[in-house]
Amino acid sequence: MSDKTNYEAGFGSNALKDPQRVVFITPKTSAKVKGDVGKKVMSYPNLLLREAIALEVMVIALVILSLFWDAPLEQLANPLLTPNPAKAPWYFLGLQELLHYFPPVVAGILIPALVIMALVFIPYFNVNIKGEPFWAANRTRRFLIFLVITASLLLFLVIFEAWSVIAPTVAIAILAFVSYFARVGGPRPAEFLRTRPISWWVMTWFIAVAVTLTLVGTFFRGPGWSWVWPWR
Amino acid sequence: MATSSIDLALNRLRETRAWKSIFRRGPARTNRTRSLAIFGNIFLHLMPVKVREQSLRARATYYLGSFSFLLFLLLTVTGILLMLYYHPAVPQAYLDMKDLRFVVSNGVFLRNLHRVGAHAMVIAVFWHMFHVFYRGGYRPPHEFNWVVGVVLMLLTLFLSYTGYLLPWDQLAFWAITVGTNIISAEPVLGHDVRFLLLGGNLVGENALLRFYVLHCVILPLVAAMFIAVHFWRIQKDGGLTLRDDHEREGHERQD
Repeated sequence: MSDKTNYEAGFGSNALKDPQRVVFITPKTSAKVKGDVGKKVMSYPNLLLREAIALEVMVIALVILSLFWDAPLEQLANPLLTPNPAKAPWYFLGLQELLHYFPPVVAGILIPALVIMALVFIPYFNVNIKGEPFWAANRTRRFLIFLVITASLLLFLVIFEAWSVIAPTVAIAILAFVSYFARVGGPRPAEFLRTRPISWWVMTWFIAVAVTLTLVGTFFRGPGWSWVWPWR
Repeated sequence: MATSSIDLALNRLRETRAWKSIFRRGPARTNRTRSLAIFGNIFLHLMPVKVREQSLRARATYYLGSFSFLLFLLLTVTGILLMLYYHPAVPQAYLDMKDLRFVVSNGVFLRNLHRVGAHAMVIAVFWHMFHVFYRGGYRPPHEFNWVVGVVLMLLTLFLSYTGYLLPWDQLAFWAITVGTNIISAEPVLGHDVRFLLLGGNLVGENALLRFYVLHCVILPLVAAMFIAVHFWRIQKDGGLTLRDDHEREGHERQD
């Protein structure tokens, strides 16, 4: 404070030559965190070489598959002869299986639209960006919410008798239930489940349901969409 | 490095005036010319000049995005070859399938490769999406590229679905009938959308022509544009997402 000359020197400096700036560093955007990320290597040749290897491995695998696995070709299309069951391509059989349980507006329009909208919009809400475990805070309250939501969802599914949705839902719900009671530093699978965030649980449940529905629609559905065993 | 006669010949070729006029550079021996190899090339400039070593590891991506794109390329090549033998007309489309089996050299193999590639692409795209999700790749600043990815996933499904009708056999006809009946369940515009898609109220020759144009022209072009944006945004958004926890920490320990 007593050194007056230094203080005045700051004022006297040329603003064009030595521009003065005030920098605000807010807690969430630390310049350092975004700066330090990993050692970098040249894309040419490191990345291009790997892409070329990926292409070759892929082409070899697909050529071998196509030598032995023939594309099906049935009779000429005939609008007067409906096969039973008439099935959509395999990636839509999950939807077709849903149509078996729910009205067309719900299974064919509402559910797919909601899934797409969730995929598009949820990233913009920055929910739990740090990926905190679901059971990390408000444990009892969250556990109650989890129980209520799971119970009402299962009740809804039971009313519609949607068994191929109920099975994977129950499986994931049991895992979530168990993970609530897992202790810190338990065995690895328990520790893994205990530290999962809510997004992991929702996505895993969605994948489990989608895969089950697709498998059931592809292999376990026969005439009149009745249950059949694929090995019979 | 350059020991074999092929290497020597290649190096001599890269020094020639013709090579330099095409690629705008000599051999890529320095980091400067290696950078030029990427951003001086209209196709490669969508990629970053440098990538993080961690992003190159197989476990970071399993190269699922690369496989999705490479399958798109493979399907474009095999698809164009199939177009040479195909007429989008009833019943000629079905007769062309018979010709592919019994007349065209390697016709069965060509059709098999296109079909296997299509199934593989649907699987690769979904697996890619789920893998990116579990790694948190949808978080800022990648949220828009995630949306582009969702659009690409839908385009992949539409591409596969429109291709499903083209053989014009019983399997194709009834799969499309079942699928498009779902659209008419939509209360307000359902019937109109279905009419627009099929060019009529039933799956017929108009539907075949429309699906052919969608499958071979419109959807591939739209997909190619979105793929370009998708690649370019990876670079602009600062490279692939690193897992917050161990990968970043592991790196800090290495330094």
